[in-house]
Amino acid sequence: MIPPPPPAAHVPRTVRPPGPLVIDIEDVTKLYRMGAEIVHALRGVALKVHRNEYMAIMGPSGSGKSTLMNMLGCLDTPTSGHYHFNGKDVSSMSDDELASIRNREIGFVFQTFNLLPRSTSLHNVELPLIYAGLPPAARRARAREALENVGLGDRMLHKPNELSGGQRQRVAVARALVNHPSILLADEPTGNLDSKTGEEIMQLFDQLYEQGNTIIVVTHEEDIARHARRAIRLHDGLIESDRMTGN
Amino acid sequence: MPLIEILRIALSSIGVNKLRSALTMLGITIGVFSVIGVMTTVTALRSSIETGLSFLGTNMFQFGKYPVMGGGSNRREIEMRRDITLEQATRFKQLMEGTADVVCLKVFDGGGQAVYNGRKTTPDVTLAGTNEYFINANQFSIELGRNLQPEDIELGRPVIVIGQDIIKKLFPSENPLGKTIKMKGRTYVVVGTFADKGSSFGQSQDNIAMIPITRFFGDFGAARRTVNIATEAPSHLLYNETMDKGLTAMRIVRGLKPEDDNDFEVYSNESLLGAFAKVADYITAGSFVISGIALLAAGVGIMNIMLVSVTERTKEIGIRKSIGARKHSILTQFLIEAVTISLAGGVLGIVLGVIVGDVVAMLMKASAVFPWDWAVLGLLVCSGIGIGFGFYPAWKAASLDPIEALRYE
Repeated sequence: MIPPPPPAAHVPRTVRPPGPLVIDIEDVTKLYRMGAEIVHALRGVALKVHRNEYMAIMGPSGSGKSTLMNMLGCLDTPTSGHYHFNGKDVSSMSDDELASIRNREIGFVFQTFNLLPRSTSLHNVELPLIYAGLPPAARRARAREALENVGLGDRMLHKPNELSGGQRQRVAVARALVNHPSILLADEPTGNLDSKTGEEIMQLFDQLYEQGNTIIVVTHEEDIARHARRAIRLHDGLIESDRMTGN
Repeated sequence: MPLIEILRIALSSIGVNKLRSALTMLGITIGVFSVIGVMTTVTALRSSIETGLSFLGTNMFQFGKYPVMGGGSNRREIEMRRDITLEQATRFKQLMEGTADVVCLKVFDGGGQAVYNGRKTTPDVTLAGTNEYFINANQFSIELGRNLQPEDIELGRPVIVIGQDIIKKLFPSENPLGKTIKMKGRTYVVVGTFADKGSSFGQSQDNIAMIPITRFFGDFGAARRTVNIATEAPSHLLYNETMDKGLTAMRIVRGLKPEDDNDFEVYSNESLLGAFAKVADYITAGSFVISGIALLAAGVGIMNIMLVSVTERTKEIGIRKSIGARKHSILTQFLIEAVTISLAGGVLGIVLGVIVGDVVAMLMKASAVFPWDWAVLGLLVCSGIGIGFGFYPAWKAASLDPIEALRYE
């Protein structure tokens, strides 16, 4: 048994003043057809997220939080309603336009890390810059910087299977941030880590928030959500509650 | 996204599945190899023939009963022709005096065995019954001793000129001149030897001996024998004129009426070249069909392996899409992968084809060539196959839903 983690130390927390509006969702619904059945994953969600926010999306499985997160990450478009990202209407964008938004504006961190297994940390972090079309020298420099920023300056030429879980997730965080996105979107970032490593990753997130990043974490764990400044709870495809957390 | 990056990604993923990629490549290699191999040989032979290697001597033409290649539909008609007898041939030679002096009459028997002093050759010596112009007509030269002489033919002397293969067997350490040998059971005196000629079309040309044609008919009979007559025009300018006169003389000795068709064949370097070209065309067409089928099968193989690859790498595609890969980046990545496999197979096929084709051509005494046109065409076809058969898998990869792809395990 892994011993329960020590209660999160309640250091005084900074709450940075909200910046301009990044995410503006109005009355968004999402329907899935599963065989003959139609699943209402989202039933009319409205949400505004500003720059400098640190938000947790919570809810039991089946509540629609994955759907919401996919939509926020521009991996998916709503069935109805509007989604404006940095003022641009995402709901009507083509696949390639969405790809471009994902590439420049959104940094993903996944539960299963989702690194390319045969590539080095450096190459994994470089990847978004390759798709952004940066010349090799510039992107290598930025990838190095991003890796150093997550404390992996000495693991650049290691492949994912030569790294621990925590290190892999750090590589994923470096990859997510290398393009200086508007938001960092993390889906259960500690779900595949032991609680100590998970706590370390969350401390990294706190640090990134302090450095000026906008972070959205999808989780079902209260301990994780407690790191955020704001938490919304989803239930049956609707936002059940939306409140500030912590102190 | 720059092409070079996509290329790098595609190459590295081929490297991961080396065996699989190599096997897929092999299909293309076989298809390209067969057509390039054949085309190399054909091109080499054709260019050697066009640049001087001639079937007959320069300015020569030849009459015979049988056509060079089979006879096709009128085979029966050709079989029914009268043989060209020694008398007819001798008469022809007389008629041609003053027009063309070099007229070679020749008949051949295979399967001869030469014996001297207990030593034997294998029973596969070609024995020619001919005259002093054999060396002109068939491009031999005399090394030791002398050629056949007109008196040898007139008198039917039992003399023989032997080739190098026979000398090696019968006279390993002796001078063959003046020795009496047995050939096909008859006795001859060696008066000369042929100089080494090497092999042509894979066959030794030194396993040969010649005796006077009159002696040949006397010793081995005239039944079912037809004489070939090779005539050399005095110069290239007089070639057509000589050929016309030769045809007239031949019609006279054959006793043909003006309305009769020629009952003999005329070979010239042109007609032999034409016959070669016809055979070459058939071989080319055949190799195209075989290559086409092989390449089609290889293309299906590429499509199959690419589909497997797309399925295996669904997660990777999802990751790439989630961090901003556009549809065409993914499409290009997989297309390049397919084209690279196909092209690599093609290059290997071209290299092997050229090597094997040239080895075959050199065995046939033609000089080696590199068929650029066919090589370039081969590469184009391979790229086409890569794109054609790689497109569907690549399109499938590019169209994957990123969420589904990410969820794939």
